Amino acid sequence: MRAWDPRIEEMPKADLAAMQYRLLKTLVYRLYSFSPFFHRRMEESRVHPDDIRSLEDIRKLPFMYKRDLRDNYPDGLFVCTQDDLVRYHVSSGTTGKPTVVGYTERDLENWTASLARGLVSCGLGRGDVIQVSYGYGLFTGGLGLHYGAERIGATVLPTSVGNTERQIELMQDLKATAIACTPSYLLHMGEVAEKMGVSIKDDTLLKVGILGAEPWSEKMRQRIQEWLGIRAYDIYGTSELSGPMFCECTEQKGFHVWGDLAYVEILDPETLEPLPAGERGEMVITMLQKEALPMVRYRIGDISAIDDSVCACGRTHPRVQRITGRVDDMLIIRGINVFPSQIEYALMSIPEVGQHFQIIVDRKGALDDMLVQVEVKKEAFSDKITDLMSIRKKVEHKLKNILNVAVNVELVEPGSLPRFEGKAKRVIDRRKI
Amino acid sequence: MKENKFVIKQISVFSENKPGRLAAIARALQEEKINIMAFSIAEADGFGVVRALVDKPKKAHEKLGKLGFNVAFTDVIAVQMKDEPGGLYETARILGEGQINIEYAYAYSGKEAAVLILRVDNVEAAIAAIQKGGGTLIESSLFQ
Repeated sequence: MRAWDPRIEEMPKADLAAMQYRLLKTLVYRLYSFSPFFHRRMEESRVHPDDIRSLEDIRKLPFMYKRDLRDNYPDGLFVCTQDDLVRYHVSSGTTGKPTVVGYTERDLENWTASLARGLVSCGLGRGDVIQVSYGYGLFTGGLGLHYGAERIGATVLPTSVGNTERQIELMQDLKATAIACTPSYLLHMGEVAEKMGVSIKDDTLLKVGILGAEPWSEKMRQRIQEWLGIRAYDIYGTSELSGPMFCECTEQKGFHVWGDLAYVEILDPETLEPLPAGERGEMVITMLQKEALPMVRYRIGDISAIDDSVCACGRTHPRVQRITGRVDDMLIIRGINVFPSQIEYALMSIPEVGQHFQIIVDRKGALDDMLVQVEVKKEAFSDKITDLMSIRKKVEHKLKNILNVAVNVELVEPGSLPRFEGKAKRVIDRRKI
Repeated sequence: MKENKFVIKQISVFSENKPGRLAAIARALQEEKINIMAFSIAEADGFGVVRALVDKPKKAHEKLGKLGFNVAFTDVIAVQMKDEPGGLYETARILGEGQINIEYAYAYSGKEAAVLILRVDNVEAAIAAIQKGGGTLIESSLFQ
């Protein structure tokens, strides 16, 4: 199948922009009239719906932040009554309160349609068996992909997370052709499969991975593709946007953000001025059609760049490059910004160490001290201390080159670092500032 | 290269430098009823390598590997020394004169004699040099 919804997906750019403007205008009038929160915010920013006269005028609107959801816990930002809601999801609050998101029937419909388009765009459809190894329940990943996959006529294998050995048996027995999970969980599955004597590449029919919910790198994609013999696609979303929402097409050049559902800006995080296409900056998203919980100029905290040219797949909707870091996951080590994704990227190019790592940040005296623990691979193990020391030196050198800050590296035993079945939590910050 | 009867398979195990790691290794060997004839720990910053001569090296490698340890075989040689002043000098002199470099060594003093276990840069040359210099090598069959 070429596209799930070709009329929308291949809409000429000018038509798409006109549609976005109409949707934005409607959204702003609706929120100004029915949301006390938005009404107050707009008054504070001295902007009236009549001031929105073009798509670019979106810049006049105030920003929204994650803390707005927390401050209005549980449902203070909802623009509908509970009768209109058909579902809740709750995201685990890593700091303080969790955040609650709600969906009307139409919200779920748009979410499912977004994923149906994405799954078809990476070559899936009727006849495929899609193993959904994202968590089911309050987390959006499992149920989101579940309904998207059913919509395109694929067969869903709803394994959720955990019980990895059983997952691998089912993958073989029920002939799964695709899996949706976090990239770190797929790596974990690959390792467990090998211990069971199963090669995912040779002994299963798996051909596609829909991987997201945590940042990962291009190097990691290459490794997954080569090792497991599949095509690995990035999928992006957060519960505030509905859940996993936007997926890469077979071109693998960034995920398509469906313009009829969302409008993306990439801003300079300091000046908050828009950046030209291709430049990295803070991603700000406006959901154009959400009913229950509208998100306008949401500063999601992810760093990326946009490509607005028409994709080789024929889709006209902009592509956002894989997320290279989070504004709030960013570590500041001795004044230098460090993203865990950079460390992952660096490690991928060193064959002597494994793909898992842990960062421990501490403060020694007045100085920040960053320790990166990596596992020595079995093949790289040498009886000679000098060989091991040179592996360590190599990793330290590589990290220093990429991060521009000196890092201590500790070699640890294979399998000793924690494996993550949900979002990887790779940073332990022990600094008391 | 044909198996030399003087080449001994030492097992080397990567270990993090933290409490309980040696115990984990030793316990695994005990469970398999593997006897340790000689061993040493080399330590670096944050990690170490445990090296041991055991009676069943293959079994030890298998067991430790299964437990997730990084294990490797390393070829070493064992030289019998007189357990008296000058015993080590005699052996070290032979290797020095033969231009054999010692990468590391550890020793134990047994009932019969003292034994020096050596990892050298060139095992074959070291064996030849020791034999030529009048030293006594111990056959691997005596350990394994």
